[in-house]
Amino acid sequence: MSILQSAVGRKIFMAITGLLMFLFLVIHMLGNSSLFIGPDGLNAYAEFLHSLGAGVWIFRLVMAVLFIFHVILGIQLTAENRDARPIQYMHKKDLRTTVAAKSMIYTGVVILGFVVYHLLHFTVRITNPEISQGIDAAGRFDVYTMVVLSFENFAIAAVYIIAMFALLFHISHGLSSMLQTLGLNNGPILGTLQKIGYVVAAAIALGYVTFPVSVLLGIVKV
Amino acid sequence: MSHAASNHETMTLKIFAWRQKNAQEKGRFEQYTAKNIIPEMSFLEMIDVLNEDLIAQGIDPIVFDNDCREGICGTCGMVVNGVPHGPEDLVTSCQLHMRRFKDGDSIYLEPWRAKAFPIIRDLVVDRTAMDKLIESGGYISAHTGGVPDGNAIPVSKPDADTGMDAAECIGCGACVAACPNGSAMLFVGAKVTHLASYPQGRIEAAQRVCDMTDTMVKLGFGNCSNHYECEAACPKGISVRFIAKLNREYIKAKICG
Repeated sequence: MSILQSAVGRKIFMAITGLLMFLFLVIHMLGNSSLFIGPDGLNAYAEFLHSLGAGVWIFRLVMAVLFIFHVILGIQLTAENRDARPIQYMHKKDLRTTVAAKSMIYTGVVILGFVVYHLLHFTVRITNPEISQGIDAAGRFDVYTMVVLSFENFAIAAVYIIAMFALLFHISHGLSSMLQTLGLNNGPILGTLQKIGYVVAAAIALGYVTFPVSVLLGIVKV
Repeated sequence: MSHAASNHETMTLKIFAWRQKNAQEKGRFEQYTAKNIIPEMSFLEMIDVLNEDLIAQGIDPIVFDNDCREGICGTCGMVVNGVPHGPEDLVTSCQLHMRRFKDGDSIYLEPWRAKAFPIIRDLVVDRTAMDKLIESGGYISAHTGGVPDGNAIPVSKPDADTGMDAAECIGCGACVAACPNGSAMLFVGAKVTHLASYPQGRIEAAQRVCDMTDTMVKLGFGNCSNHYECEAACPKGISVRFIAKLNREYIKAKICG
């Protein structure tokens, strides 16, 4: 049986793709925090990324492959897991599992939908074209104004905040789960790994939430 | 058993038992009343008493699996109030005692539910899939010669402890029953760890982990997604660190060939 058919092999691919996407989330958040510097921060950061030319496209392609692979495996494994218990218990008590663990497929689907919207919004720029065409004083593409005007729209900000809560749940289980799947649990350390997972997930999700919230509160404005 | 031997207060309990004549029939809960139950009784003795009453009423007794009734054979197993083997930690159904319950309690009894464990009747499921998992690699076929002198083959204390801890698994299937995904990963992890901890078992370790995990998929068990319900339900406290060990063994087998 090939690795891509194996129960353990597919889990390991889920773990590795999940880990790489998590690292992307950290870099993406740190880069986007230049929003707080102002137009000279975020617009300069965006210009730097675009100056990489083919590099940025290769990176995007790799991320897309990782993401799609993770999604396909997740759906496939979930379908198999449901098939493994065709008749559910009438009375089943959870002993140790968590809401985050049980809702991975749902939070995953929410994140998938959000990523598609996020790319259409800020990368392809077709959801709000009226605020996506600006050039700043230095002649750079005005990402800063696009972001601020977007998050001043409460509906858009709410979508982002809700998606980050889905991300919080997904990562809070995903991180420690990834470590267990890669064999990095010797028993006593598992509880600590889970706690670290919760803290890191909260830090990432709350970090991202600060962008729309700062705009809504008027801390960041055009 | 004689109830007159007890000086204790007796309990009367509402029992909601899953009744299903065979794998094809649609099952249902039936409500019964278990009377004259004393705290010292084991859970299976309580069902014995209830069954005597049912037989007296001309009702088919509730069918359940059991053998040693000492908590060591892994034969008994039912989901009691939503928990495999019931609410007591680290015991099998046969070692659950009625002192855990009080007069007037309602108790729900269900069989292990998994595609790999088809229902035979009522609370009895066919756990042949566990045997098939063992047959697929949960053994040592290397010729080890005659019985060696004690300590002729050195085994480190940590390895000996790990192997013995993993070998505590009694193969009851509670891990599969508890897992939201119906996965047998804890059972397979325990066997893989147990045998990989000793020199004789290391020889086939790579082949074993691949064969057993492949067989798990073929038999219709689900995939582990780290809920850890298995460890919480296991009557022998088998740790999920053995699943991590299984993952390490699998990675080693695939990378090192």
